[in-house]
Amino acid sequence: MASTIKHLGGTCIALISLAIAGVAFAAHGAPDDPFPATYHPARSAPLAIVGATVLTGTGAEMADATLLIADGKIEAVGASLPVPEGYARVDGRGKWVTPGIIDAHSHLGVYPSPATPSHEDGNEAVSPNTAEVWAEHSVWPQDPKFRLARAGGVTSLMILPGSANLFGGRSVTLKNVPSVTAQGMKFPGAPYGLKIACGENPKRVYGSKGRSPATRMGNVAGYRKAWIDAADYVRRQDKWEAGAKAGDPPKRDLQLETLAGVLRGEILVQNHCYRADEMAVMIDVAREFGFKIRTFHHANEAFKIAPLLAKEDICVATWGNSWGAKMESLDGIEENAPMIDAAGGCAIIHSDDGLLIQRLNQEAGIAMTAANHAGLPVSRGEAIKWITANPAKAMGIADKVGTLEPGKMADVVLWSANPFSVYALADRVWVDGVVQWDRADPRYQSPSDFVLGQPGQGFVR
Amino acid sequence: MIRAVAIVLALTFTTPAAAQTVAITGGRVVTMGPAGEIERGTVVITGGRIVAVGADVAVPPSAKIVDATGKIVTPGLVAAGTALGLIEVRAVETTDDRATDASDVSAAFDAGYGLNPDSLLIPVARLGGITRAITTPAYKDRSDRELLFAGQAAAVVLDGRAMLMKRGVAMVLDMGDAGAERAGGARAAELVALRALFAEVRDYRARRAAYDRGETRDYTLSRADMDALIPVVEGRMPLLVSVNRAADIRDALALGREEGLKLILESASEGWRVADEIAAAGVPVLLTPVENTPASFEMLGATLTNAARLAAAGVTIAIEGNDNHREREMRYNAGNAAANGLDRQAALAAITINPARIFGLADRIGSLEAGKEGDVVIWDGDPLDTLARPTAVFIRGAAQPMTSRATELRDRYLPAVLHPSNGETP
Repeated sequence: MASTIKHLGGTCIALISLAIAGVAFAAHGAPDDPFPATYHPARSAPLAIVGATVLTGTGAEMADATLLIADGKIEAVGASLPVPEGYARVDGRGKWVTPGIIDAHSHLGVYPSPATPSHEDGNEAVSPNTAEVWAEHSVWPQDPKFRLARAGGVTSLMILPGSANLFGGRSVTLKNVPSVTAQGMKFPGAPYGLKIACGENPKRVYGSKGRSPATRMGNVAGYRKAWIDAADYVRRQDKWEAGAKAGDPPKRDLQLETLAGVLRGEILVQNHCYRADEMAVMIDVAREFGFKIRTFHHANEAFKIAPLLAKEDICVATWGNSWGAKMESLDGIEENAPMIDAAGGCAIIHSDDGLLIQRLNQEAGIAMTAANHAGLPVSRGEAIKWITANPAKAMGIADKVGTLEPGKMADVVLWSANPFSVYALADRVWVDGVVQWDRADPRYQSPSDFVLGQPGQGFVR
Repeated sequence: MIRAVAIVLALTFTTPAAAQTVAITGGRVVTMGPAGEIERGTVVITGGRIVAVGADVAVPPSAKIVDATGKIVTPGLVAAGTALGLIEVRAVETTDDRATDASDVSAAFDAGYGLNPDSLLIPVARLGGITRAITTPAYKDRSDRELLFAGQAAAVVLDGRAMLMKRGVAMVLDMGDAGAERAGGARAAELVALRALFAEVRDYRARRAAYDRGETRDYTLSRADMDALIPVVEGRMPLLVSVNRAADIRDALALGREEGLKLILESASEGWRVADEIAAAGVPVLLTPVENTPASFEMLGATLTNAARLAAAGVTIAIEGNDNHREREMRYNAGNAAANGLDRQAALAAITINPARIFGLADRIGSLEAGKEGDVVIWDGDPLDTLARPTAVFIRGAAQPMTSRATELRDRYLPAVLHPSNGETP
């Protein structure tokens, strides 16, 4: 940009200055937010959902409760709350209310439908370390699956790069609202994540190309080498800053910038890792370089080390039903999330799939029911956390969403029935207090541009 | 050699449990047969077969009584479109026997061979109430070998004994995108090639003796493939056509009509758009109703309401699971179809009696009727719901273990989770 200014004259220099003034710079020379969220919720009238059974996301189940929403925020929730004057009433009798569903592992937009090479942009599978790529630059907001996920109650989701690489790149957290741009969906203030992959995928992708990593030990060497470089990068920047920023600043490096963000605690590690033994190795790698792993994803064997993961305060994002596609997922069990939960850990049911994201509530129901049959009692109030409060924690947005506590964003789902049942449909979905889905009203079903004029556009789901 | 085989067969087919008499009493019996639903019914199984079903059935004194009071009793579920018995771990090639890339085996490929009753997937599917399956071949394409037919599906039983129930229950064929790709990149190429192949099979059928003497023209397919296709061109073996786009479905129906084939459609994402034509042709449809994304350009009209719309038009539908390891989700798929407009009874039919009928097995399985094989599942709630589980599964009258490798893993590690102070995990 600087090189063009010379040729543009005074007017443009003024514009550029204004632009720079609008971008906050972090201490280390990298702009904090070069692709800022442009999502701003519309103003919404205050609202009372009355008479529903409410799962608050904090563990509670309240029968015949009232939920008050004002200014796009949760105002209050409780039994026999009076409805203030001027609040629109939504009849919730016989229905259920939960926080908006949050998917901690999605590839919507980066592997959109229809699946064509033209926009399968989720894996920069050309080098085992592509920490420099950002998923938001691949998101196709027209992916029709965003609407389908909305119909399944999903209000926030983390879009991750794929798992071909040791370091796949940055994730982005989105609000599930219709938008022409990815920035128009970005969750304001959500931290970034770094996708790291263990196991079979990276070693298969690069081993088959005759290069490292070709083994799990190659994987670990690859991580450690990158963290050594990142630590060096941090050291050079810190030294420059400690020296009163004298002389030229160290040159920015996009790859190391993301890794440095992890070492500085600003970017959350989202680690695809199936096997218990590999998770234990990754915990040691994190300790060696002084960072935290926020979440193990897929983690079919997490139940084998549930107490360790609870002690380390690492979330586990997994499925109820998926297992067996690969050797590393052979030991998947339905009760994985409930066992993490029982050990005091942070259990999450995630989708990693464009069909499952529409039914995370059912998948949680399957895991809950399996656990109850196995002598591991799980309440509905607890199980709903697996798809609300706990993914919010994993994504670093627990102060904003994930529960129906006063002051949080009013991301809310009104279900036709017990949300863990196969028969439950999301009747209405609010994001920041604004209706973004209504099963009975086509005005709120907003098909994506791609779907317009196509055979399926007239159908709800 | 022959004697050794006989001994193995004897060991495999004889278990004491099957000979025992079992009476399942007190449950709400959803027969899926002419008796309909019986509020408090009894099912009696002797020698592996159902001998009586009804409200006022005398329980034989020798019967082992299974109390199903407060529970729901259904036929064992029949999973269409699986590869159970042919696959263990997808990424481990030696454990994947679903397909061949041999250049002279396509239609002749027979999923009734190579079945592994010890597969870890089978107990997992069984814990989802599945007692029988249609094991269906897949494709394994090579750039220099892209044969049109995947091969023949087989009906199998999931009680851990020899699996084969019936060979050659359908011939499997992809049309649409995948079929066009194999035929040279265009739908028209496949439609022409299929007609030519069927003509060759008819020609071969009429001149087999001449073929043996080497006095016929050259045929495109191997002898084994042509032999396998004879029952297809004779309309005896159904041609199971995987197809999605409405226009492709019309092409498949036209092919069936012109060639005198017996068709089954599979997937049929846009089936709802031509439902009346499918119904008029009397062609059944296997589908996965939760596949509602426009995953490809031939599935743009995919919708959760497909199952309900097809059924409303009078099409016989069977609902599939989510592929092998996740086959147990079949009943949830049926539940989701029900949540999106399909009558619940019709949804249960779509995973029991309908697949049995579609594959010519309804004289043996699919409903609770005297004379049928004793496949029964007892549920603690609505079998289509995520909130219910089977509490007992019987196959050919024998109670099945309610465990899998997954539950054994769970039980190995559960104590360390529930009582962390008791020491290290194993």
